[in-house]
Amino acid sequence: MITLPRLRKRLLLLFVFLSYGTLACQPVTASQTNTQSATIFAAASLTESFRELEMLFEETHPNVDIVLNFASSNTLRAQIENGAPADVFASANMKEMDALIESGIVAVDAARPFLHNRLVIITPAENIANLTTFEDLSRADLKLVLAAEEVPIGRYTRQMLANAGTEFSERVLANVVSNESNVKQVVAKIQLGEADAGIVYASDTVAVPELVVIEIPAEYNVLATYPIAPLTDSPPAHAFVSFILSPEGQAVLEKWRFTPVQ
Amino acid sequence: MSTLRIYFKHLTSDTHTNWIFVLPGLLLLALFGIPLLALILQATQTSFIEHALAREAVAALKLSLVTSLLSVGIALILGTPLAYALARWQFAGKKVVEMLVDLPVVLPPAVAGLALLIAFGRQGLVGQFFVHIGIQLPFTSAAVVIAQTFVAAPLYIRAARIGFADIDSQLEEAAYVEGANQWQLFSAVMFPMAGRALTSGAILTWTRALGEFGATILFAGNLEGVTQTMPLAIYLGFERNLGVAIALSVVLVGFSAALLTLARVIEKE
Repeated sequence: MITLPRLRKRLLLLFVFLSYGTLACQPVTASQTNTQSATIFAAASLTESFRELEMLFEETHPNVDIVLNFASSNTLRAQIENGAPADVFASANMKEMDALIESGIVAVDAARPFLHNRLVIITPAENIANLTTFEDLSRADLKLVLAAEEVPIGRYTRQMLANAGTEFSERVLANVVSNESNVKQVVAKIQLGEADAGIVYASDTVAVPELVVIEIPAEYNVLATYPIAPLTDSPPAHAFVSFILSPEGQAVLEKWRFTPVQ
Repeated sequence: MSTLRIYFKHLTSDTHTNWIFVLPGLLLLALFGIPLLALILQATQTSFIEHALAREAVAALKLSLVTSLLSVGIALILGTPLAYALARWQFAGKKVVEMLVDLPVVLPPAVAGLALLIAFGRQGLVGQFFVHIGIQLPFTSAAVVIAQTFVAAPLYIRAARIGFADIDSQLEEAAYVEGANQWQLFSAVMFPMAGRALTSGAILTWTRALGEFGATILFAGNLEGVTQTMPLAIYLGFERNLGVAIALSVVLVGFSAALLTLARVIEKE
């Protein structure tokens, strides 16, 4: 037997379903007539900058809805290979893009570099060791934290140090007190003041404004290159890629401490 | 009550329904066993001896043995009196102390590592005072021992507490009648009586200390020969040299299995 409160609950449920149905239908029909959407798969380190780019792009393209999906580049690559509906892929390294070119998902000449991420030195806000220059890294009393050689930035760091000379590199590496498993751990150790200095991507420093950032001379620095490629013929996707490569798009990326491509 | 007994008897004698117990158990055993089997098979296919004797593997093995034994030593020296007090005495705040001792066992190691860092780190709650007397813990082998003690010593305290509590209280009374003081009671009666529980607890603590990963990598960092214990070398060895990671894993599995067996034997004797 259905009691009154129970009946009321059922009616309410029915009402919710009905209203949800009619509400949900409206935007769908609207988008079919007016709005085009483009889905962008982008590396996690691009989260903040791409959100800003999306906002700016949609201001000038009111009929385009940019949908962003962030994850690590190798995860995104695996998703795309398994048929995820992406219109654009922005990777944090060439490796994942090359894999998609190899499997024929990205056309050979479609991928273009759209930014560089440079290495910088960070110290805790207090900078107890009083680090001011790149050369200070080789000072004997310094506690240095790097990313482990096994992760990409760890490799770039050692390459950069080697560029500055074997003897210098050896003295700097003798200061290493820990090889962290990822770059965020390096940031955390410096943020907590456990070591005197660390080496991270410039883009990692945006989220932690209290850190002291010391630039590495350009002649030694190693740049990680991020490539972007449209995956479909979708016109808004192509327009978004062009926007990122435009001076306006590059200026936004620079604001988030990436290095623009020439 | 009697129907229940008949029901159980029926199950154990009737071979047709035994599968109800065997099958689910086998699935779970397969889950435990197959990965270990895969690890061992993989190790035999690669040059196991060569990988196990690689420089980074030997360094990690040595460091793991030294730090884990030190952690067990600290657990024994500082944990035995604590376990004794918890088992035999009633005091205010005992419940809080018991909770504090049990908590590290259930905490995620990452929480343990982070907490250790902000307590004993260079700018930590206590660590900032250590710096004045020239002591810096993070990134040292001492930090590895502290991390291991933090997560593993509670296992020893728990085992020892149960061991002391199980001793017949008449023995204690008899000792007092004979005029024994607290120390004599402990060293001549309680310690030998609880010996088996203490030993198996120490072995369990040793295996846990050997396997410690999360708190160590956060608090002590990762540097070969200084803070890179076996679990860290295995984790970071993935990309560089899978062979070394597998060889170290097999050594760790074998050693832990041997220690667990030893603990069992001691308990049963």
